[in-house]
Amino acid sequence: MNEFKGTENYIATDELQIAVNAAIALEKPLLIKGEPGTGKTLLAFEVAKALNKPIYTWHIKSTTQAQQGLYEYDAVARLRDSQFGDDKVNDIAHYIIKGKMWQAFESEEQAVLLIDEIDKADIEFPNDLLLELDKMEFYCYELQKTIKAKTRPIVIITSNNEKELPDAFLRRCFFHYIRFPERQTMIDIINVHFPTIEDDLMEEALKVFYGLRDIHGIKKKPSTSELIDWIRLLKLGKNTKEDLQQIDYIQTQPPYFGSLLKNEHDYDHISKVKRAGQNTFRRF
Amino acid sequence: MFLDFFLRLKEEGLPVSIGEYLNLLEALNKRVTAFNVEEFYFLSKTILIKHEQYLDRYDVLFGNYFHGITWSELEKKEIPDDWLNAEINRLFTEEEKALIEKMGGLEKLMERLKQLMEEQKEKHQGGNKWIGTGGTSPFGNSGFNPEGVNIGGKGGGRSAVKVWEKRAFQNYASDVELNTRNIKLALKRLRILTREGIEDELDLHTTIEKTSRNGGFLDIEMQPAKKNRVKVVLFFDVGGSMDPYIELCEQLFSAAKSELKHLEFFYFHNCVYESIWKDNNLRYTDRIPTFDVLHKFNQDYRVIFVGDATMSPYELSSLGGSVEHHNDETGITWLKRFVTKFPNIVWLNPSNEYYWDGVPTIAAIKEIFKGRMFPTTIDGLTNAMKTLKGKKTIH
Repeated sequence: MNEFKGTENYIATDELQIAVNAAIALEKPLLIKGEPGTGKTLLAFEVAKALNKPIYTWHIKSTTQAQQGLYEYDAVARLRDSQFGDDKVNDIAHYIIKGKMWQAFESEEQAVLLIDEIDKADIEFPNDLLLELDKMEFYCYELQKTIKAKTRPIVIITSNNEKELPDAFLRRCFFHYIRFPERQTMIDIINVHFPTIEDDLMEEALKVFYGLRDIHGIKKKPSTSELIDWIRLLKLGKNTKEDLQQIDYIQTQPPYFGSLLKNEHDYDHISKVKRAGQNTFRRF
Repeated sequence: MFLDFFLRLKEEGLPVSIGEYLNLLEALNKRVTAFNVEEFYFLSKTILIKHEQYLDRYDVLFGNYFHGITWSELEKKEIPDDWLNAEINRLFTEEEKALIEKMGGLEKLMERLKQLMEEQKEKHQGGNKWIGTGGTSPFGNSGFNPEGVNIGGKGGGRSAVKVWEKRAFQNYASDVELNTRNIKLALKRLRILTREGIEDELDLHTTIEKTSRNGGFLDIEMQPAKKNRVKVVLFFDVGGSMDPYIELCEQLFSAAKSELKHLEFFYFHNCVYESIWKDNNLRYTDRIPTFDVLHKFNQDYRVIFVGDATMSPYELSSLGGSVEHHNDETGITWLKRFVTKFPNIVWLNPSNEYYWDGVPTIAAIKEIFKGRMFPTTIDGLTNAMKTLKGKKTIH
């Protein structure tokens, strides 16, 4: 039975497990959105690992076209070969380069196909993949044959919301929004990464972390992956909870602050807010 | 089995389709989850809802349909600080602010304001269907006030708050504030790609075709690359009631500058009259006749006005009504000239859409612009860009 329950390195909430399992059972692509750093891309790898399946990853860039995921016909190479009278030129199959989707379709056992950051591509990109994702097949004109998936791959698509996805595409997907982890989930996640962490250090670190996230007007809120990097540094630097208790953001900044906050505007903003005692009306 | 629930979602304007409903039934049939409400909630959400902007509304509807929802979580609703700040800056002079301090300070005033807001809400609810006009409103989402829900058994004895009752997705409704990235993405809607200029790109298709016709000898064909050549003129309202929106206008301006290659901009105060200006420091000395601007740009240009459209009615409809000088022609006349000249024109209004109906000049300008006034939210901006691109008005 294909059932995803999270892995030892990856805490999946009930909600996420149900979304993944529903997508697997009904053979629908699963669209994952969420704040940066909440483990969207990681999910596909962990699903592959948990279910012991091969994974094919297709990372989308602004110039990526749908066709590239299926196959590319290297016309220039064929043209060059033809000018030199190479024998290869008679078989067009030599010049068809398989894309990630084709590879996943060809896989003997069911594969996981990750289409990462689909929103980076052109607005029309998802529309070009409708039939391919629906029927899990496409037609290769050059070879004049239909390529059909041997077993329908588990398709996981991530998006950072830079572009709206078309309705027709959304209708074919299941959707899950990874919410920012609640405190308890966050503690579970930290424990997975740092099994030996002292409780009081984690307590203080979380206090600092959630305190930062609560400050109104921060441009880039620290996310899970930043918290984990930061705790790793705290542990390497042998910091104790006392170090963290002194933080007031005016005199004392948290150690390794740069790994938590990535926008220079936020540093000024925080000290300003802290000086004003977070009372936004004081200036009158 | 859940047909009534599905129809209810549809009725309330969530974009759900029959295919998704069948998927849900199939998932239940395949026993993807155990049969309990919470798992059903997760499952139905993942299958039916495709955008986080609808998650909050789904949570409300789900709770409403399957339980008498407790609203205690919602009643703590705060007045957004930003909003209050902007309004205070706008409404009060320094002396008045001092006066407020004397009268017991802003905290007290805020209390009163909160109280007033509560009362106002009560008045607005009367007998209305709870989603109100939200379901049909032009921008379609979160146009409703959660407190408006007509619910029985307020504060019922249940202590554990169900997941959907937390309404964790409240913030993801799509009329959130804009940052430049969002603005840029919205502006991207306004793309008109054309091939013009230097031939700098290999036209592979024609090259191959010509080469085959040529008996296999290379015959290279070039073409200009596709570029966005949309042309835009921006008119910004500055000063006075626009002050609280300075930051927003700056963001809009910087996003527009980076996204649009052919961008012209001008400033005006409250309403356009016979002259406008390009540099705020030289606004009294270096003015440009509006007719020159009207004649200089042809109809290919997309025109965007940015302003709160909030002024005294005289400034719009009377001769000599301008606050700064004597105008020989009314503001309406000038605005109409723009609307007649440019087929693709919109007005972006940074003020809260909720109050538009209460300001006569906003309604008047909206009418002059044939309804093409949009709020500066992601949805508003996106719709504005779609409107600018085509001939159809979308809202």
